[in-house]
Amino acid sequence: MRFITFPGGIHPEYNKDISIRELLRRAPLPEKAIIPLSQHIGRPNEPLVKKGDHVEEGQVVGQSSSFISSPVHSPVYGTVSDVRKEFHPALGPVLSVVIERDKEKPQKNYPGCDSDDISNEELIRKVRDAGIVGMGGAAFPTHVKLTIPEGKKIETLIVNGAECEPFLTCDHMLMTKKTIEILKGIALVINVLRPRKTYIAIENNKRAAFFAFQKLIAASKQKEISKIELIMLKTKYPQGGEKQLIKAIAGREVPPDKLPLDIGFLVQNVGTIFAIYEAVYFNKPLMERIITISGDCLERPGNYVMKVGTTIKEIVEKHGINLSRDPKKVIVGGPMMGFAQPGMETPVLKSTSGILFLSGEYIKDLEETQCIRCAKCIDVCPVNLSPTEIVKNVKKGYWDKMEDLWVSDCIECGACAYSCPARIPLVQYIKEGKTALLKKKT
Amino acid sequence: MKKLEISFSPHIASPVDTRYMMTGVIKALVPVIIASIYFFRWRAVSVILTSVVASVLTEYAMQKLRHRKICINDHSAVVTGLLLALVLPPTIPLWMVFLGGVFAIGMGKELFGGLGHNIFNPALLARAFLMAAFPAALTTWVEPFTLDAVTTATPLGLAKFSHVAAPYADLFFGNVSGSLGETSALAILAGFVYLLYKRIIDYRTPVAYAVTLAVFSGSMHLILPDNVFSPLFYLLSGGFLIGSVFMATDPVTSPVTKKGRWIYGIICGFVTMTIRIWGGLPEGVMYSILFMNAFTPVINRITKPKRYGTGKQK
Repeated sequence: MRFITFPGGIHPEYNKDISIRELLRRAPLPEKAIIPLSQHIGRPNEPLVKKGDHVEEGQVVGQSSSFISSPVHSPVYGTVSDVRKEFHPALGPVLSVVIERDKEKPQKNYPGCDSDDISNEELIRKVRDAGIVGMGGAAFPTHVKLTIPEGKKIETLIVNGAECEPFLTCDHMLMTKKTIEILKGIALVINVLRPRKTYIAIENNKRAAFFAFQKLIAASKQKEISKIELIMLKTKYPQGGEKQLIKAIAGREVPPDKLPLDIGFLVQNVGTIFAIYEAVYFNKPLMERIITISGDCLERPGNYVMKVGTTIKEIVEKHGINLSRDPKKVIVGGPMMGFAQPGMETPVLKSTSGILFLSGEYIKDLEETQCIRCAKCIDVCPVNLSPTEIVKNVKKGYWDKMEDLWVSDCIECGACAYSCPARIPLVQYIKEGKTALLKKKT
Repeated sequence: MKKLEISFSPHIASPVDTRYMMTGVIKALVPVIIASIYFFRWRAVSVILTSVVASVLTEYAMQKLRHRKICINDHSAVVTGLLLALVLPPTIPLWMVFLGGVFAIGMGKELFGGLGHNIFNPALLARAFLMAAFPAALTTWVEPFTLDAVTTATPLGLAKFSHVAAPYADLFFGNVSGSLGETSALAILAGFVYLLYKRIIDYRTPVAYAVTLAVFSGSMHLILPDNVFSPLFYLLSGGFLIGSVFMATDPVTSPVTKKGRWIYGIICGFVTMTIRIWGGLPEGVMYSILFMNAFTPVINRITKPKRYGTGKQK
């Protein structure tokens, strides 16, 4: 079998075996849930509840009139104990709804509903009402992505099961446990977008998921599903980036400042597809997801179905996962693009794929030294940048040069900084350059 | 609980750092050092030690004087010292070696701003300096094992001026006269394989260099069979192997793009063979690499990759 890939990229230690063979466990309901009203960059939601209000499971607690926004729901029955600023893993303190769970009430049931002949408008409305956002990391509202502007057409739909970040195994778990559900979800999206080709792309270190799909696609009588093509990707970071997937599968490059949509592509994470399936067939809002809890500081690492809003503190203290030693860093997301947390009060979001508790074994003390022009950063950059050149100019404050160095193309994958022998925090400098360029433009 | 550390992503890093790369080069040089000691005995030991000590001391002194961080433990000065020693003749007076080491680090590296800022390969620059200052000492050669005996010419010198070709077996194992580390092709190739295996160097420059050298000398051999020997002779003799494996691959002074590394290697090959065939000197590796060092910024500029998404689309 041929494994396809993109030029550039790195091969870090994947460390997926810490959690990949563990069973999928369901975490107990959280006693306290923190629901940030901003889940992504963009217009924050307005709170619809106030202190003391009783909320139902699945009740909308925040929404916005802006199209590019997604409502947030209460994951449990309970009482709003406060609406205050709480720490968001990526954005810092944002206004959040804090809910104390009512321990008497059980979980809600979601009976199935007949949705085979659902119209496009109805489906997109359901996706919006369910608060579905991209679950791969950026948390961009999915109903916006599915609303194709006039004059544009999606030729190719790519379902992203690459999961290239080290340590994370939540998508792998989802693909092996919910294979048929994901295929049904893909069929729904195919009916909205009517692409000519649909691919499911999986890296070759997740063969169990690949073969699960292969078996079911071959056996399926539904014409949308039987036409899906499975792609085995070479395991390489950042293979799961939208632009890298399109490059690997179709050999096409998304032009600067354009979206995949502009060249007829749409990429959806497998988690998002599963959420669409649940929203359409069960009217279930997006309030829980599979999260990889991993690292070398835990008694019971693994993959857990967890409510959005559960705090890291509660995860390690109340769910039997238990810290076995003090972590040096707690990271929300993967080790390449995730966010190091200053404390344990941050909640799980819809886009949180994992929480890592890493000791000094993985988190080394690195000291920046002089660039030796080895060009490793240039070799690994998946978008043809010259990171070392950008850093040189950022350090001198030559902000005028940022545009010509194409800083805005940087996807912040961190491959350059990972491979830099001089330990230069390249991404940090490039972000500085990006900010300066944005300021100049506005 | 201890305070959690926070910093930007990525949170993990490759185990390969500058020190790892420099140590890798030193390890790759071990067979070359052993060969030089085998063939040139205590001369090799004393030249190597003098050069390394001079280089490291100079690095330390310069960093101290300029109130910069002392970075001698990144091992880059050791690499420079070793490389300088290995491209010097066995009989060179030790004070010249010491001077060479001081020049390599002082003028070749620290004056430009330290590691990563120099334009020319420091070891080669120092050799060029010694060549200009003490031409006689730098062109006096002895046969292996017979250290204090009569002087001789290198295989390239013999080929150029007397039309005598050294046996391939001697060239391959290193039983010929020449600089300390350049005589044994076998030892250098062992180092080359190690460097490639550890991914410390890129194969492009040495491969382009070797292929150009072979093709160019091969065609000239067909045209001028009396003056030019077979390509294999030019690949195995003189400083080509040590230069292409250990000097032309120096990350600091060679191009940063993959395409650029091909171009760099190809022109190195042309310049080397041009000097070897038509030049006044029997050898041209040092000058060709120094010459191309100066062109590295230009090569980088012209081989800059296309912006992502603006090239030809499939």
